[in-house]
Amino acid sequence: MTTQQLTAASIAAASNQPRVFDRQSQLFLGVLALITVLVLACNQLFPADSALHIPTYTVTLLGKYLTYALMAVAVDLIWGYLGILSLGHGAFFALGGYAMGMYLMRQIGDRGVYGDPLLPDFMVFLNWNELPWFWLGFDSFWFAMLMVVLIPGILAFVFGWLTFRSRVTGVYLSIITQALTYALMLAFYRNEMGFGGNNGLTDFKDILGFDLQADSTRLSLFGLSALALALGYIACRYIVSSKLGRVSLAIRDAETRTRFIGYKVENVKLWVFTFSAALAGIAGALYVPQVGIINPNEFSPLNSIEIVVWVALGGRATLYGAVIGAIVVNYAKTYFTGVLPEVWLFALGGLFVVTTIFLPKGVAGLMGKRGKQA
Amino acid sequence: MSNLITSYIDAIRDKEHVFDFVAPERNPKLDISKGCILYMEDVSVSFDGFKAINDLNLYINEGELRCIIGPNGAGKTTMMDIITGKTRPDFGSVYFGQTIDLLSMSEPEISEAGIGRKFQKPTVFEDQSVFTNLELSMACDKGVFSTLFSRLSAQQLEDIERILELIGLQDQRFLRAGALSHGQKQWLEIGMLLMQKPRLLLVDEPVAGMTHQEMDRTAELLISLEGQHSVVVVEHDMDFVRSIARQVTVLHQGSVLAEGSMDQVQNNPKVKEVYLGE
Repeated sequence: MTTQQLTAASIAAASNQPRVFDRQSQLFLGVLALITVLVLACNQLFPADSALHIPTYTVTLLGKYLTYALMAVAVDLIWGYLGILSLGHGAFFALGGYAMGMYLMRQIGDRGVYGDPLLPDFMVFLNWNELPWFWLGFDSFWFAMLMVVLIPGILAFVFGWLTFRSRVTGVYLSIITQALTYALMLAFYRNEMGFGGNNGLTDFKDILGFDLQADSTRLSLFGLSALALALGYIACRYIVSSKLGRVSLAIRDAETRTRFIGYKVENVKLWVFTFSAALAGIAGALYVPQVGIINPNEFSPLNSIEIVVWVALGGRATLYGAVIGAIVVNYAKTYFTGVLPEVWLFALGGLFVVTTIFLPKGVAGLMGKRGKQA
Repeated sequence: MSNLITSYIDAIRDKEHVFDFVAPERNPKLDISKGCILYMEDVSVSFDGFKAINDLNLYINEGELRCIIGPNGAGKTTMMDIITGKTRPDFGSVYFGQTIDLLSMSEPEISEAGIGRKFQKPTVFEDQSVFTNLELSMACDKGVFSTLFSRLSAQQLEDIERILELIGLQDQRFLRAGALSHGQKQWLEIGMLLMQKPRLLLVDEPVAGMTHQEMDRTAELLISLEGQHSVVVVEHDMDFVRSIARQVTVLHQGSVLAEGSMDQVQNNPKVKEVYLGE
């Protein structure tokens, strides 16, 4: 070990600053890896009639939860740490999903109902003769993957540039984000937009040549979702444990003061918001091949509000709390909508009220308290 | 097009305007070769006809600790506002050193140039540690990406330690700032200002709401800054002013009524009249 490393280590010790892989993160990543391996193993190793067997349907369902969890981490980054309550983050998720959906549509080729080699079914149905310009390039997987990040990212950048620079904050910002996703929903419902109108994009066949219905593809998508969640978590953790993370907290708690010290608050907000939107886009892109459809309903303001509920329930400003919240609420949703469909919204509302009153720091706060007592 | 041509012609006809490279630099370096760090000359400002500042002349020396007192409405806070760029005067000139014209600069530019101001009400980042509060206030590149990848250097750590010691919060370094007492918060805020390495420090009523012990501690702190920083303190509390003051300036109705040591000022008949109504 050189002296320089030694001083770097001693500086870190003397400044008591958070590490990227702190105890909670190690625990979280460990549990995530364990569950991922366990689920895959239970699916593969046990025969279908065994009690320990996890059917592929369930694996895909869990994969869907993991993409929701990644989405929740993205929202926690800007809400928990930066104080931006975005009630329209579902828009970035849906845009990432649409970019993936467009690639999957182009992959169908002439296997569609109308058998047109170039045009997706809905365009043939609308009597369109050529592919709109914005569909060009989506036959390439890597181009589509680039768009998954760029389209939500650019929209967030432009949106953030306009709002943060005019110092729109608090409730007003929340309302504007809500309007943003609502406007996008209305636009995507229109057939003329060229994204399949209210039916959206569906009937996907394969991804990179692998059949989407095949078990191996579904298991891989589940694994990829877990990997994306882990990487997204680490990236966010890197941000929040850096000095930028501490500046973010400062902005959340005393924005004017932070500006007075000399930080360009709007730039910090802009970049973190854009990063969060790109992360949401990735989550959306992993979501679409697993559920097999993307339609304008994903832009619905209700979806974005639900994401915020997951984060609040799991515990703000912890990142792993957002993951817990997303998975718990969605598991409950799947269960309730199956057993007592009419009760679900009341249950969700009740859950939210109970958390706000009794667990202001969410489930993660509960665990933190326990840890301290032990 | 014709607009462009006329604007060029105007530029040529403007006799005051010389070539850009001959014109003085907009933000030149601080020049204190004459030993004076702040010049305010013939400054006047009025709000709706009320003259808050009236022909004010004030000079602050390099490294000096100056107290400014005066009855309510004497223009103390307005004076601070003018120096920091919050209020623009109607007349007069304000220079930082020999060359820096503060009236042509924005608030952040003035703060960048080396003038720090502490407001009456302490605002610290309550949810973060004392150490982090100081770290965030440090003078350094504050761009988004350099902040993301910044690592504390040994020199910076030393700076933080030095300030922690100066403001007497070494033992509370990892305590949440929100858990500090009122006085400690005030010191932390002074520490945050010092982290920005200002040449001139403006302190607005530092001991309001403090206990006597805290006041003594604050006096020590401000006196210890003398020499390295120029400090201007605005304060109502006469005992406190007496305990720290070398030079006192009395403001009254927007202009300087008296200037000198505490004793001189207190024995000045005009000051007695204003303060005691004799």
